[in-house]
Amino acid sequence: MRDVAVIGVGLTKFGDLWETPLRDLFAEATLACVKDADIDKKQIQSAYIGCMTSGLFVAQEHLASILCDYAGLNPIGATRVESACASGGAAFRAAYLEVASGASDFVLAGGVEKMNDGADATYCLATAADQEYEVYHGVTFPGLYAMIAHAHMHRYGTTAEQLAAVAVKNHRNGAKNPYAQFPMEISIDTVLKSVRVAEPLGLMDCSPVTDGAGAALLCPVEVAKDLGRPFVKIIGSGHATDSIALHDRADLAAIPVVGRAARRAYEQAGVGSKDIDFCEVHDCFTIAEIVCTEELGFFERGHGGPSAADGLTALDGQIPINTSGGLKSKGHPVGATGIAQIAEVFWQLTGQAGERQLKKSPRLGMAQNMGGSGGSSTVHILEVVS
Amino acid sequence: MYGIVGYGSYVPRYRIKAESIANQWGADAEAYKRGLLLEEKTVPGPDEDTITISVTAARYALQRAGIDPREIGACYIGSESHPYAVKPSGTIVIDALGCGPECHVADFEFACKAGSEAMFVAYSHVKSGEMKYALGIGADTSQGAPGDALEYTASAGGTAYIMGADRVAAEILHTYSFCSDTPDFWRREGEFYPRHAGRFTGEPAYFHHVVNATKGILAKSGMEPKDFRFAVFHMPNGKFPLRAGKLTGFKPEQLEQGWVVNLMGNTYSGSSPTGLAACLDVAKPDDHILITSFGSGAASDSFIIRATDRLPEIQKLAPATRDQLADRRIHLDYGKYVAYRGKIRMNVT
Repeated sequence: MRDVAVIGVGLTKFGDLWETPLRDLFAEATLACVKDADIDKKQIQSAYIGCMTSGLFVAQEHLASILCDYAGLNPIGATRVESACASGGAAFRAAYLEVASGASDFVLAGGVEKMNDGADATYCLATAADQEYEVYHGVTFPGLYAMIAHAHMHRYGTTAEQLAAVAVKNHRNGAKNPYAQFPMEISIDTVLKSVRVAEPLGLMDCSPVTDGAGAALLCPVEVAKDLGRPFVKIIGSGHATDSIALHDRADLAAIPVVGRAARRAYEQAGVGSKDIDFCEVHDCFTIAEIVCTEELGFFERGHGGPSAADGLTALDGQIPINTSGGLKSKGHPVGATGIAQIAEVFWQLTGQAGERQLKKSPRLGMAQNMGGSGGSSTVHILEVVS
Repeated sequence: MYGIVGYGSYVPRYRIKAESIANQWGADAEAYKRGLLLEEKTVPGPDEDTITISVTAARYALQRAGIDPREIGACYIGSESHPYAVKPSGTIVIDALGCGPECHVADFEFACKAGSEAMFVAYSHVKSGEMKYALGIGADTSQGAPGDALEYTASAGGTAYIMGADRVAAEILHTYSFCSDTPDFWRREGEFYPRHAGRFTGEPAYFHHVVNATKGILAKSGMEPKDFRFAVFHMPNGKFPLRAGKLTGFKPEQLEQGWVVNLMGNTYSGSSPTGLAACLDVAKPDDHILITSFGSGAASDSFIIRATDRLPEIQKLAPATRDQLADRRIHLDYGKYVAYRGKIRMNVT
């Protein structure tokens, strides 16, 4: 396996992008990425594009071809990758493996989702849950994560205020991110008093519905060295699956797929959780960030909530989580989220994160992307190359 | 001088509080009230519809105009709840008022903008010299699906304006329209309740059209927000018109008098025309009023209006809008509300 580098990233603004079709979102992110990497677009040999459900959201399948056509990438080989909300992370891993294997030198990892085009987002997203055993009985994702939250609160004493602290911190970070959909600071009180969606989760515990796209360009480290531009090295890539249905899991207060993916990434990288300087975590709901930070080994089980409330995950905390604002503030165009996480890690490691740049120059950054209520997850560890 | 010769609003007595609707659906009333800036809404009685509302509003307008109804050469009713799909509302209205038969009648539909549309065409007729007086009405018994956010706002009421070239109480100085194909809210043939596209109805629809129409008429007239005593923007909820005012440079005190939505709800085609009537009830000679309507689909009509010396003479000749809002309120529980609104499926005899 060859060492692989990320040499450029690109994002669209995240939000209600009424006037931008799906294909334009991808083209915009791709062109920004190519410009960032400063290579000729013709050098790209292959692409993997994460997208959860363009068929339901905008009635467009056969996605990789149409997106590459409009981004001017034809006639490269291209594949759409689907793993629910972990589609972006899975696409990134596929691109990584193609470069690492030696099959291609320049591979694009993209992600895109157009969610605000008239489709019922709750219905579309619920297709990532177990249709026969969960969805047919009326449960949706807020309901599933509310069950996880209830279990976590019951087992460990996690409180609504601790959940709210996650949202407050992520909005504080997102307010510094020009790509964020909701770049405004909020208070604990705002979260606690927000409209109830599924107890104990209120509207401000939930990530929004978002249009957006992202792209990252990968190549062998040996090739990257000759480009004379900043790059980061992928030192760990973990991927795991689990049962989609919550009731098939032994412990509702855990999301074990995240721990499994993380262990694989840590093992490959030869590092542990204490070595990670910051992490982009899949905070589709506030409880998800709390459980995931425990699964990733940053905190002991049951300590995720108090740690968030005590500021340990803030920009200047012990382990900054979601410096980008996370899914909560930056937005969650589901297929693009995994790539947007990689973009944030790239920017932080190369000192390009602007107002939200971590003060202590980080060396190792992590991105954890998750599908459904924990049916799949990817974890990537990236290292700055000085 | 062309403009408003007489005006009249009709506000139904029946109301339902946000709490009653929220309680029915297990929703958080305070959150809805905070989010929509709305306390309650009007509800049509079981024997009220767009036609009866139009008739009462137009009778008040005639009281203020002091003219012979037979001199009215046109009657246009803007509504998205005409009782008949085929058969005009206007024919019943002109017979009830004593207008006609030499009268041009048509029902207008343009979501919530149909009322200002009727005003616009009526005004154009008298300005062209085609007829002495013309009647434009915006009235609705608005629909909102049970359990939908619209149920908290969709209300009933309407306002009528008689336009003319003499006896003008409020001169229309400028008009302006801003329109595009923006499908943010619709009801297809045969569907009982309208549908909306969530947040899409905000920035690309309401704010894009309201702000551009308002800026357009200000540019056309050479006037600035400070030149107006009152401004009225279409009121789908409490927040949107306040934000539209902020975006176009108006101060909250300029919006307050016409901002009837917190107690009335969204009367769709009757919304901004009723806000304007509330301003005319208290305006003094030479006060300038700006009104911008909005209709989904989407477009806005703007008018710049100046009160004349005749306005104070006619203000008290019919019930004031805010008096009707405040007086004789009868609050319904949810059961009576759905019965009055015809939401219960009955046997047809």
